[in-house]
Amino acid sequence: MATTVTSTDGIIEKGIGAGPGSRPGNGFHRNGGGKGDSDPTRFYSDRYRLGMWVALASVVMLFTALTSAYIVRAASSNDWRPIAMPGILWLSTAVIVISSFILESARRALKQHHDRIYGRWLVITAGLGITFLGSQLMAWRQLVRQGVYLSTNPHSSFFYLLTAAHGVHLLGGILALGYLLLRTRSPRESVAAESRRIGTVDAVSIYWHFMDGLWVYLFLLLFFWK
Amino acid sequence: MAEVIHEAVHRHEPPKSFIRKYIFSLDHKVIGIQYIMLALTAVLVGMVMSILMRMNLSWPGTNWPILGTLFPTGAPGGVISPEFYLSLVTMHGTIMVFFVLTTAPQGGFGNYFLPIQIGADDMAFPFLNMMSFWVTLVGFLVILAAIFVEGSVGVGGGALGEALGGGGTGTVGPIGGWTGYAPLSALGKIAGPGQGAGMNLWIVSIAIFCVGSLLGALNFITTLLNMRTRGMSLMRMPLTCWAWFTTAVLALLSFPVLLGGGILLLLDRVGGTSFFIPAGLYVNGVLNGDPRFPLHSGGSPLLWQHLFWFFGHPEVYIAILPGMGATSHILATFARKPVFGYRAMVFAIFAIGALGFFVWGHHMFISGMSPYSAIAFSILTLSIGVPSAIKTFNWLGTLWGGRIRFTTAMLFAIGFVSLFVAGGITGLVLGQTSLDLPMHDTYFVTAHFHLVMGVASIFGMFAAIYFWFPKMFGRFMNEGVGKFHFWVTFVGVYCIFVPMHIMGIVGMPRRYAQFTEYQFLGGLHSLVQFVSIAAIITVSVQFLFFINLFWSMFKGKKAGPNPWDATTLEWNTSSPPPHDNFEGIVPTVYRGPYEFAVPGAPKDFMMQTEPVDARETTEDGHNGHKH
Repeated sequence: MATTVTSTDGIIEKGIGAGPGSRPGNGFHRNGGGKGDSDPTRFYSDRYRLGMWVALASVVMLFTALTSAYIVRAASSNDWRPIAMPGILWLSTAVIVISSFILESARRALKQHHDRIYGRWLVITAGLGITFLGSQLMAWRQLVRQGVYLSTNPHSSFFYLLTAAHGVHLLGGILALGYLLLRTRSPRESVAAESRRIGTVDAVSIYWHFMDGLWVYLFLLLFFWK
Repeated sequence: MAEVIHEAVHRHEPPKSFIRKYIFSLDHKVIGIQYIMLALTAVLVGMVMSILMRMNLSWPGTNWPILGTLFPTGAPGGVISPEFYLSLVTMHGTIMVFFVLTTAPQGGFGNYFLPIQIGADDMAFPFLNMMSFWVTLVGFLVILAAIFVEGSVGVGGGALGEALGGGGTGTVGPIGGWTGYAPLSALGKIAGPGQGAGMNLWIVSIAIFCVGSLLGALNFITTLLNMRTRGMSLMRMPLTCWAWFTTAVLALLSFPVLLGGGILLLLDRVGGTSFFIPAGLYVNGVLNGDPRFPLHSGGSPLLWQHLFWFFGHPEVYIAILPGMGATSHILATFARKPVFGYRAMVFAIFAIGALGFFVWGHHMFISGMSPYSAIAFSILTLSIGVPSAIKTFNWLGTLWGGRIRFTTAMLFAIGFVSLFVAGGITGLVLGQTSLDLPMHDTYFVTAHFHLVMGVASIFGMFAAIYFWFPKMFGRFMNEGVGKFHFWVTFVGVYCIFVPMHIMGIVGMPRRYAQFTEYQFLGGLHSLVQFVSIAAIITVSVQFLFFINLFWSMFKGKKAGPNPWDATTLEWNTSSPPPHDNFEGIVPTVYRGPYEFAVPGAPKDFMMQTEPVDARETTEDGHNGHKH
C-alpha cells in the first residue's frame, strides 16, 4: 500500500513543490506566489498579469479561428476580389504603434512616482486609441463610398469583420485606460494597494500592446499576405 | 502547527442583504449552486424533450391531446409533426451539451470546490465569476426564446414568432441539430421550417454561452495557479482540481473558435456574406440567385464543420473530465485507499486534453475528406485510448483490495467507470474510418456518445452531488432513495443505449422522425418501444432524485464537517463552509491528497493538513518522489 502514498520527505529534501520545510509559496513560481507567500505584494500583481495572459490566449484562439477561415476562404474560391487598401489605414497603424510607446512612458512615470506625468501620458494613450478607432471608421466610410460593403465579396466581408472584432477589443482597452485614469487620483496607501495598482497597470498595458500587435498582424494579413 | 492565522484582509466582506448574498453574489459557493440550479432546470427541459422524441419514435401517429393543446402547430391535432421532432432533436442536444454537461460539472461543482480544495478563500476574480454565471443564464434565456420565436408554443406564440420573423410552421424551435451544419443553417428562412429568427437566436445564445464560459475558464486557471495555499504544491492537489484545470484550459482554447464560427454563421444569415454558402445551391425548389434567394458564391460548408468540431471535440472532454476527477476522488475515499498511480492519472488527464485538440476530423470522416487526413485523424483518435485505459486501470487498481464502502456516491462513481468503458469501447470502432463510414449516420453513434459523454458525465455529477451534498448543505441526502435511484438509473441507461447499438448495426438512421416507411427496420419496432419504455422509467426515477435533493436540503440528516472520513481540504471546514471558507485561517498542507491507510499512521485516513509523523513509514524505496 505504501508504494502509492505520496510522502513529504522527498519533496522537502529536493525542494520539489513547496513543503513547509522547504520554502513558502506554492511551488509554481521560483519563490512562491501563493497566499502562503510572506510578501503580499507579489500576490496581487501576479494575479492580474497571469489573468491577462490567460485571457489573451483566448483572444489569440478567436483570431486564429478567423485567420484560418480567411485562409481557407481565400484559397478555396474563385470569387475572391481583393479590395483596394484605404490609405488611411497607414495612419491607423502609425497611431496605434505610437500609442504603445506612450503607454510605456506612462508606466515608467508611475514607477518613478510621477503621478501627474503618468496621468497625462494615459490621457494621450487613450486619445490615440480613440483616434485609431476614428481612423478605422474613416476607412469604412471610404470603402462605402466606393460601393464596397460587407457582402460585396469575401475579402471585404473579412475586412469589415476583422476590423470590427479588433475595434471592439480595442474599445475594451480604452475603457480600461479610463478606469486607470479614474484611479490616478487615489492616494498611495499600503504596499498591497500599490502593488495591486501596478498589477492592474501591467495587465492593461499587456492588453494594449497585444491589441497594437494584433492590428499590425491583421493589417499585414488583410493587405500584404499572399 | 497545522494552521497559521490569516494575515491578509479579506477581499470582500460577507454580504448582508438577500440580493447580494443569494442573487448577485460574489461568493464562489453561491455561484456554484446557482450554476447547479441552472443545470437542473436545463436538464428538466432536455429530459422532457427526449421523452417526446421517444413517444414519437415508438408510437408514431398517435394522438396525444395534451400535445395538441400545448403545441398547436408543432403537434397539430396532438400528432407530433416531423418538423417538431427535428426541433426537439436540436434543442435537446443544444440544451444538454451546453447548459447541462458544460455548466454543472465545471461551473457548478468546480466553482464550489476548486477554491476550497486548494485552500483559497474565493476565486481570483469574484466579479468575473459572478458575470460568468449571469452571462450564461442570459444565454439560456435566449435559447428558450429561440423556441418561442421560431415556433408557436401556446396561444399567441405563433403570432409573436411571425412578427419577429420566425420560420413558423410546425416547429417548436430552430432545426439544425446541436451542430448547426451549414449551408442549411446559413441560409435563413429559404431553407425551410426552423430556419428563421429562432436560428439567429440559437447562434446568439451559443455566442453568449462562449463568453460566459471564457470568463469562467480564465478564473479557474488563474485561481489554481495563483491562489494555492501554503504547501499545496501542484502534485498535492486532488485529482478533481487537475480535471477542472484541464477542462478550463480546453474551454479557454476551444470556445473562442466556436465564437468565431458563430459570428461568421450569423453574418451569412443576416449580413449577406458567403463564408459557408457555396454557389449554385438549389434549396426548397428555389435556385440561388432567384429574387427570393440572394446570390451567394464561393463559401465552404466544410469550413463550418472544421470550426465547429475544433471546438466540438474538446467540448466532449469539457463534459467528461470533471466527472473523471470526481470519480477518482470518490473511489479513493470509499475504497479507503490512495488513488492508484496519482501521477499517471494527472498525465493521463493532460494527455486526453491535449490529444483532444487534434482529433476533430473524426467527426467528419463522411464529409469526403482526404483519406490521408482521415488516417491521421484516425490514428490520433485511437491513441486517446491509451490515456483512457490508464485511467480505467488505475480506477480498478484503486478499487482492488480496498475496504469498499458502498455509499450512493460510490455506486455512481463505479457506475461512471462502467459507462465510460462501455461507451468508450465503441469509440474504438467509430474512430476507424472504414467502420465509421457505414455507422456514422446510424443509432450506433447516438448510443456511443450518449453513453460515454452524456450518461457517464451525468453519473459523474450524480456521484459528485451525493458525495458533496453534506458539505454544501450540511445535511445528507437520503441514502436509501439514493441507492434505489442509482440501480434503476444504472440498469435503465443500459436498457436504453445497448439496444441502440444493435439498431445502428442494422442500419437504422439517426435524426429520422419515424421509421414506418422502412420495411427493413420493421423488425426493430418492438426494440424501439422497449427503449422508449426504459427511457420513461429512467426519467421518472430522476424525479425521485429531485425530490430527494430538495427534501434533503431542509430535512436531511445533519452532517458534520467530515462525514466521509475524507482527506482533502474541503472536509477541513464546517458544513456548509463559512463565507471565506476557512474562518479566517489559512490551511497549511503537509501531504498528498489521498493518504488513506498510511502504514504507521494513527488513523486510516490522514488529512492534508496533518503534519507527517515520524512513525509513518513510507521508506520502502518505491515512493514516487524517491528516485
